[in-house]
Amino acid sequence: MTAMVKAEGVHKSYGPAHILKGIDLEVAPREVFCLIGPSGSGKSTFLRCINHLEKVSAGRLSVDGELVGYRQKGDKLYELKDSEVALKRRDIGMVFQRFNLFPHMTAIENVMEAPIQVRGEAKAVARARAEQLLDRVGLSDKARSYPSQLSGGQQQRVAIARALAMEPKLMLFDEPTSALDPELVGDVLDVMRGLAEDGMTMIVVTHEMGFAREVGDALVFMDDGVVVESGHPRDVLTNPQHDRTKSFLSKVL
Amino acid sequence: MTDKFDKTPADEPPADSTVSKGAFTPPEQIKAIPVRHWGRWISGVVVVALLGLLVYSFSQGDINWDTVGSFIFDDRILAGMGNTVLISVLSMLIGLILGVVFAVMRLSKNPVTGAVAWLYIWFFRGTPVFVQLLLWFNLALIFPVLNFGFYKDETVDVMTPFVVALLGLGLNEGAYMAEIVRAGIQSVDEGQSEASHALGMPAGKTMRRIVLPQAMRVIVPPTGNEFINLLKTSSLVSAVQYTELLRAATNIGSTSFAVMEMLLVASVWYLALTSVFSVGQFYVERYYARGSLRQLPPTPWQKVKANMLSLTSPRGV
Repeated sequence: MTAMVKAEGVHKSYGPAHILKGIDLEVAPREVFCLIGPSGSGKSTFLRCINHLEKVSAGRLSVDGELVGYRQKGDKLYELKDSEVALKRRDIGMVFQRFNLFPHMTAIENVMEAPIQVRGEAKAVARARAEQLLDRVGLSDKARSYPSQLSGGQQQRVAIARALAMEPKLMLFDEPTSALDPELVGDVLDVMRGLAEDGMTMIVVTHEMGFAREVGDALVFMDDGVVVESGHPRDVLTNPQHDRTKSFLSKVL
Repeated sequence: MTDKFDKTPADEPPADSTVSKGAFTPPEQIKAIPVRHWGRWISGVVVVALLGLLVYSFSQGDINWDTVGSFIFDDRILAGMGNTVLISVLSMLIGLILGVVFAVMRLSKNPVTGAVAWLYIWFFRGTPVFVQLLLWFNLALIFPVLNFGFYKDETVDVMTPFVVALLGLGLNEGAYMAEIVRAGIQSVDEGQSEASHALGMPAGKTMRRIVLPQAMRVIVPPTGNEFINLLKTSSLVSAVQYTELLRAATNIGSTSFAVMEMLLVASVWYLALTSVFSVGQFYVERYYARGSLRQLPPTPWQKVKANMLSLTSPRGV
């Protein structure tokens, strides 16, 4: 079985700043893969490399067997055109820390936008699916609300529905609950748990150790642009081997 | 940005325990002697007195108000006003289109388009619009014949007063609009285009569907301002032989020796036009505010309806 995401020696630098210093990892299909680590460790940057919001500086990164951002012909790499990159992003859903809902559209319009504009779906079809998805995240009664009328937790659930509307084979979560009031975190995590049960491949950058332990199939601890420790969440979280992992976990648990 | 919205009130009314028990009695209102604002009274009286003086002096001035009244709806004045509106609206359209094009050029990653846009803005914003109008007007002095290859004609035939006015005002407006549109585009959070890209939307659609509609909220108010400015600046094109409102008025004024009266006629119409377009601006702004305000400001009509309701129902619903 090919890995859903495979990283081999992935580096990323912005000018002199070296953010990722050789990441190797593999995410299997249907796996819930958690990335933890202190801020500035490069977890979000790595996540953004996967759908080519950031360009990889060195190494190879592939999604579902295909290189991200490049096409290989013989020994040569050809940069993909913007339209080709856009085509690949359709299959990768992303949920942001700050939701990034489109504020000038209602919840249901947010969910319908990409299916209509990108896949050319008929409005009625897109609407019916959007209603289903909003129902799935428990917000069918908020379809006509604008994002500014929703709480943070509700906005994030609309954002998840919006990503799901493109029927992605991979979902990326960039600290989806970090901007939420503590009492609203649970609703979002419940939706994510449901997705995991349905077999969605998910890569989750998170500080929610409870979620990682319960739902995660694999966990990676990153620090300073490298993978320090990886394994099953239960093992890493309860019995960390590395000193840096131990000191990080002692602060967050 | 979103934090302040996190505490959206729940749909149900607040479950106040005193209310739900039904035994709620409002506390006794405070009865106190209000502070006297003497300063407000005095300043009010002073301002009214000064206004009265102003009105009085105008009534004593040698102005023939009957002439003003009789020329307000004169055909020549109305035709001039039509030309003013026409040239303003067309120039604004040119300005808007050029503004969007040059703003996108200036923000693009291509250094050539960026530099060209910068140059355009530098020249057309950096020279007075009156000078630009005169430059277009006198173009025939340096290019007697216009030759585009596919089209060739005498410059004086092409550069009618209308074309001169349109080019002068439109190109000038484009430079200002480019900066306004650029500010609008840059005001939209980067996360918006990232989210759009992550959904697989290509750059053009992201700009049209996601970024520009949000930029409009920032673009519209100064654009309304620009338009009202343009409406008045259009009086300058009377100097290049285009018969708009001011030229129509001064033409009549110089032949009938009613200079001041005709200027007042023009002023009345300029005020009327800017008032009408200000109302239009209110509705456009309201449209683009959807989603960014939790409650849209009521339209004047809605205000009237609300007031009627509060008159008929005892406690103002």
